[in-house]
Amino acid sequence: MDRREALSRVALILGGTVIGANIFLEGCKPADKKVMTGLDFQPEDIAYLDEIADTILPTTAASPGAKAAAVGTFMTVMVKDSYEEKDQKIFTEGMQKLQTACKKKNDKDFMACTPQQRHALLVDLDKEQKDYGKGKKKEDPEHYFRMMKELTLLGYFTSEIGSTKALRYVESPGKYDGCVPYKKGDKAWAT
Amino acid sequence: MADNVYDAIVVGSGISGGWAAKELTEKGLKVLLLERGRNLEHVKDYVNATKGLWEFPHRGGRTQEMINNYPVLKRDYPLNETNLDFWVNDKDCPYTEKKRFDWYRGYQVGGRSLMWGRQSYRWSPMDFEANAKDGIAIDWPLRYNEVAPWYDYVEKFAGISGNKDGLPQLPDGQFLPPMEMNCVEKDVAARIKSHFKGQRLMTIGRVANITVAHQGRTACQYRNKCWLGCPFGAYFSTQSSTLPAAMKTGNLTLRPFSIVKKVLYDKDKKRATGVEVLDAETNQTYEFKSKIVFLCASSFNSTWVLFNSATDVWPGGLGSSSGELGHNVMDHHFRCGAGGTVEGFDDKYFYGRRANGIYIPRFRNVNGDKRDYIRGFGYQGGASRQGWKRDVAEMSIGGEYKDALTEPGDWTIGMTAFGEILPYHENSISLDKDKKDKWGLPVLSMDCEIKANETKMRKDMMEDAKEMLEAAGVKNVSTYDNLYTMGMGIHEMGTARMGKDPKTSVLNRNNQVWDAPNVFVTDGACMVSAACQNPSLTYMALTARAAEFAVNELKKQNI
Repeated sequence: MDRREALSRVALILGGTVIGANIFLEGCKPADKKVMTGLDFQPEDIAYLDEIADTILPTTAASPGAKAAAVGTFMTVMVKDSYEEKDQKIFTEGMQKLQTACKKKNDKDFMACTPQQRHALLVDLDKEQKDYGKGKKKEDPEHYFRMMKELTLLGYFTSEIGSTKALRYVESPGKYDGCVPYKKGDKAWAT
Repeated sequence: MADNVYDAIVVGSGISGGWAAKELTEKGLKVLLLERGRNLEHVKDYVNATKGLWEFPHRGGRTQEMINNYPVLKRDYPLNETNLDFWVNDKDCPYTEKKRFDWYRGYQVGGRSLMWGRQSYRWSPMDFEANAKDGIAIDWPLRYNEVAPWYDYVEKFAGISGNKDGLPQLPDGQFLPPMEMNCVEKDVAARIKSHFKGQRLMTIGRVANITVAHQGRTACQYRNKCWLGCPFGAYFSTQSSTLPAAMKTGNLTLRPFSIVKKVLYDKDKKRATGVEVLDAETNQTYEFKSKIVFLCASSFNSTWVLFNSATDVWPGGLGSSSGELGHNVMDHHFRCGAGGTVEGFDDKYFYGRRANGIYIPRFRNVNGDKRDYIRGFGYQGGASRQGWKRDVAEMSIGGEYKDALTEPGDWTIGMTAFGEILPYHENSISLDKDKKDKWGLPVLSMDCEIKANETKMRKDMMEDAKEMLEAAGVKNVSTYDNLYTMGMGIHEMGTARMGKDPKTSVLNRNNQVWDAPNVFVTDGACMVSAACQNPSLTYMALTARAAEFAVNELKKQNI
């Protein structure tokens, strides 16, 4: 992404936040605090995040889901390396909160739930984060489920599976055609 | 010839230095090209050029470690995971900000020619006459007709694709076939043209990407990964273009890791005799001798070298006798404009990733238009269809949501204005001798800001964009001003301006330092005003022009 592209992204921000774009463009906050190193995600954490991601973006007839693209692992990498300490805390506490919400709603662990139960829970949480976002001031803390959703979208659609199976990707297009026919159902270009 | 003696020394290997090296070697001079950073070989060292985003652990984004390590770069888009090695290490190379100044540098062979935006526009007769007409700063010592043949010359070699638009404020050049506007851009362009009766024009960007094979280089493959280095050599850079030409002559010696500390000056002969170099790896100091020196180290670093040279004669450095060395810093102010959505093209898409956008040439304060500020601005932008980052408001999560995001969304169009900044004497850089870089060398201190003329212009920069988009039928048009700080344009100019009078300028009309005529400064430092066009093409033209002049003067034994 060079400047021209950075600018065109600005143009895309119309009447809504661009999910996932903040890590590209909003690194301007002072971040002199030590990077947190105590984030020790275990294989079961990754499996749990994989299932959350796969509930947000499941396998469909058209393409594999987020778990196939290893989005759980991607989330842990981003939280460890790219998040500020306060956001790391929100995310890890959010993993607990999601579990608590699940027990309250379904009376069992998220991992033990059926896909339908998981879906219903995350629909609730997505509504919760959207409602929270409406009254949110810029300096207010982010909602943990928004983080999970953003990271899932970013992780999936920039993965090899997301780029080449869910979207279309041609490494070297060789030409530019500014006007080709499009019919509903044709996939978007990756990047 | 002894090992350390050359006909010419060129300091800096970016766009200007690459051109100086090419021109001087092709005219038969033995040239030493000095670069303060590492060598970076064409193709071989473009290590990320063919990677998919998924091959980057953070998918091209930034980590907290990067943010901590790059206190300047993090301020805008340059800090990213894909070409981090092309940008300067901010901590090794600090500077002082009396006022905030964003300085985005590339210290390696090729300099910023590797990552530049490649937009390439001529200046017009109006731009060279502007200072005289407005009675500000000093007049350019040159006029368009003197530079035009050199624009022709550098365009033919560099390869600029573009459309001939026949505008007096943006002269046409020696273009390769233009890239194509997409269907939405064509529609918006037609509506703007008709609504404003031809007084405003949207055209395709003129860009240093070659649209057909050119000079042994492969045509653009529309990958839009230019700033990772192009394995096809499809855009102009030192590596793809000027360096191989200079190497071919057998007259070039390239020395990376060579920080030029000063120009060596013989006060009896009133001539430079060479340069003193600090080896960035060994910290050893060397002297290299030459008949002429070309300073092409980027605007501020060329002036830094002058500040540190001949201080026994002039305490302010070589070229400081006018009192203008370090002054009149310019850039282009931008980051404001407008965008919106376009309806009626849902059955249209595009193929390929075009590394170029649209351009709207300046229309303010030209053709009889008169505003409450002087000079003007142009727009860059483009239309595209939204991808997965759009919010699908009515959907939450799940399979339908996912499949919806795999389809393109609405067409959007946006434009950002790039405006002229006037040359204010008080906008200046100086040496901060209390702060040292990694090599113990004094650093620069920046004291620059935009003023009333620019602030007034910014209102039009937003509102005119809105007006044009709305006139073109674009919906949901919103304006934005993401605020601008000097330097963000990465078009820093001035600090050693040309002129007609040694009392008010550092360089004469041939880019010679008045106080040392065998020293030439041909990068952005020489600029007398900034216009609103991207400046690199003008540096190329002025460098090639000065190189020919220098060689002729050498032949005549005038220098």
